[in-house]
Amino acid sequence: MAQDDNGGTEITPAASSAVDHRPGDAGTAVIVQDAVENPGFPPHRARITDKDPRKQRRAERTIYTLFYLSIVGSIWAIAAYIAFPIESGKISDLRISTLAIGLGMTLALLAIGFGAVHWAKALMVDKEGIDIRHPVQGTDETRERAVEIFQEADAESGFGRRTLIRNSLIGALVAFPLPAIVLFRGLGPMNEDPVKLLSHTMWKKGMRLTRDPSGTPIRASDVTLGSVFHVIPEGLNDKEDALDQKAKAAVLLMRLEPKDLHPSPDRKSWAYDGIVAYSKICTHVGCPVALYEQQTHHLLCPCHQSQFDITHEARVIFGPANRPLPQLPIEVDADGYLVAQSDFHEPVGPSFWERH
Amino acid sequence: MRETKQKNARKRKAGRRHPLATVALIVIGLGLTGGAYATFNATGSSADATTSSASDVTAGKQLFQANCASCHGIEAQGTDAAPSLIGVGAAAVDFQVGTGRMPMAMSGPQAEQKPAQFSQKETDQLAAYVASLGPGPSIPLRDVTDGNGDAAKGAELFRVNCAMCHNVAGAGGALTEGKYAPPLTGVTGKHIYEAMVTGPQNMPVFNDRNITPEGKRDIITYLQFIQANPSPGGFELGSLGPVAEGLFIWIFGLGSIVALTVWITAKSN
Repeated sequence: MAQDDNGGTEITPAASSAVDHRPGDAGTAVIVQDAVENPGFPPHRARITDKDPRKQRRAERTIYTLFYLSIVGSIWAIAAYIAFPIESGKISDLRISTLAIGLGMTLALLAIGFGAVHWAKALMVDKEGIDIRHPVQGTDETRERAVEIFQEADAESGFGRRTLIRNSLIGALVAFPLPAIVLFRGLGPMNEDPVKLLSHTMWKKGMRLTRDPSGTPIRASDVTLGSVFHVIPEGLNDKEDALDQKAKAAVLLMRLEPKDLHPSPDRKSWAYDGIVAYSKICTHVGCPVALYEQQTHHLLCPCHQSQFDITHEARVIFGPANRPLPQLPIEVDADGYLVAQSDFHEPVGPSFWERH
Repeated sequence: MRETKQKNARKRKAGRRHPLATVALIVIGLGLTGGAYATFNATGSSADATTSSASDVTAGKQLFQANCASCHGIEAQGTDAAPSLIGVGAAAVDFQVGTGRMPMAMSGPQAEQKPAQFSQKETDQLAAYVASLGPGPSIPLRDVTDGNGDAAKGAELFRVNCAMCHNVAGAGGALTEGKYAPPLTGVTGKHIYEAMVTGPQNMPVFNDRNITPEGKRDIITYLQFIQANPSPGGFELGSLGPVAEGLFIWIFGLGSIVALTVWITAKSN
């Protein structure tokens, strides 16, 4: 407890309600005349447990029953742990064990809580009182003494006088966190330009489109009308950083009627006979966009409901995304497999500092 | 083979080999190989589960003209109201009619599942008729829809290909403009298989080159596994994720905290 030089006074409210309780001591700067008269406290009302000894005994019984119940709950939890073993490894056994132990522990804790609250409300002394808030400021003697202590300490240690020692100490304290900063820097990407990392994926010219997760290549003839394939680049599963690469290179492959596609002139050669490939990473915050509706050709992002129209180069038709999904130019190699013409022509996924 | 060669050799010795003998042998050999291949293939997934007779087709045509032709056209050629059914295959009919989606009660964003309007026999007859119009996916055999595959592999395929619409626990989810991906709980393996092969309504097609019949079988196995085994996390609340769980904790969790606060601060009587 903080030392209290000002002295706390405890005021018991008077029975009459019209008395103003605001004291005019050091903590209150200005006492304004309130337009609304303080109604004060309502008159004290005795509890039924104070009036009727039978009710009091009943409340007592309730409270100790609750505490005994808590003991029962604790024992129950131990018994449940023994009675419902989980060694079989079956999910249903685990579930029953967790449920039984949880119920016991819930009873144990809740009964203590309810019992304590009921005790305080029904049986403990029913006296209303006010503790006036103490001023934060100490007394004048305390304040003067504090200043003295500082001055004495300065004089005795020579902190203000021996400036060379003082400054070298400050320097040492400033230098101390520097190793931590250097060490934490080591957690970030080294010798790599993050902008370049974000701007390129592992797709390159001639790389085959393969099925996710098996990694088997896809022939153009496999992709029938209305089909959707979840695609990863060839060899992704062998990469050490396969998940990092997949997060950028995942692609959705769809086949539409060629007449339904409306590519701009420079993208006419990016599709193969109605087969188009778009990045699966939403341009809003990077969720996988894969809810493809084969009749409307809309692609829906499940996170924030952005919608992309595949017939018009995945332009945004609804939602918070503000860029179309990047398209992966594809063609067919000599063996009939779908391959990429190049990497994506723009960074995939959400905006970053250098790309808005 | 050796016997034939010896026979041939004897014939040659005798000098009485027919000029067409070689041709006949090749034809017999090819016929045998092709026949054996066809027999092996027939045990695969592509064969029809039910053999449809000409009378089924006729009965199916009558059912079609009475119940479906008003939208799909008298020869199933399609109209402005409904697509052509030529080449959709028996699987599409068995799925759409067998789950009660067709005939539709009213036009809307999506045909809804409801009690099937036709018996399985009538559905088979309709399927036989539509299958006779053009080649399409047939009704899958029991061995790929029985759910005796690898649930772990199925779960991986389901997460990659299906979970974004149907929810990772198959509880379904919303799509755009009133459309939705239906829950997959309680759906038979046959209907799930047929939906994957035919791509009903806005669902994309997952043909056998995309997900192999064994993969489809694994997916069905996974869906049956999660329905047969309780969730280790306790109450699923419809497996809908943050929406259902958030609603629950806001109403019941916060509600009980408010109630307790009121009780603690209320004056005892």
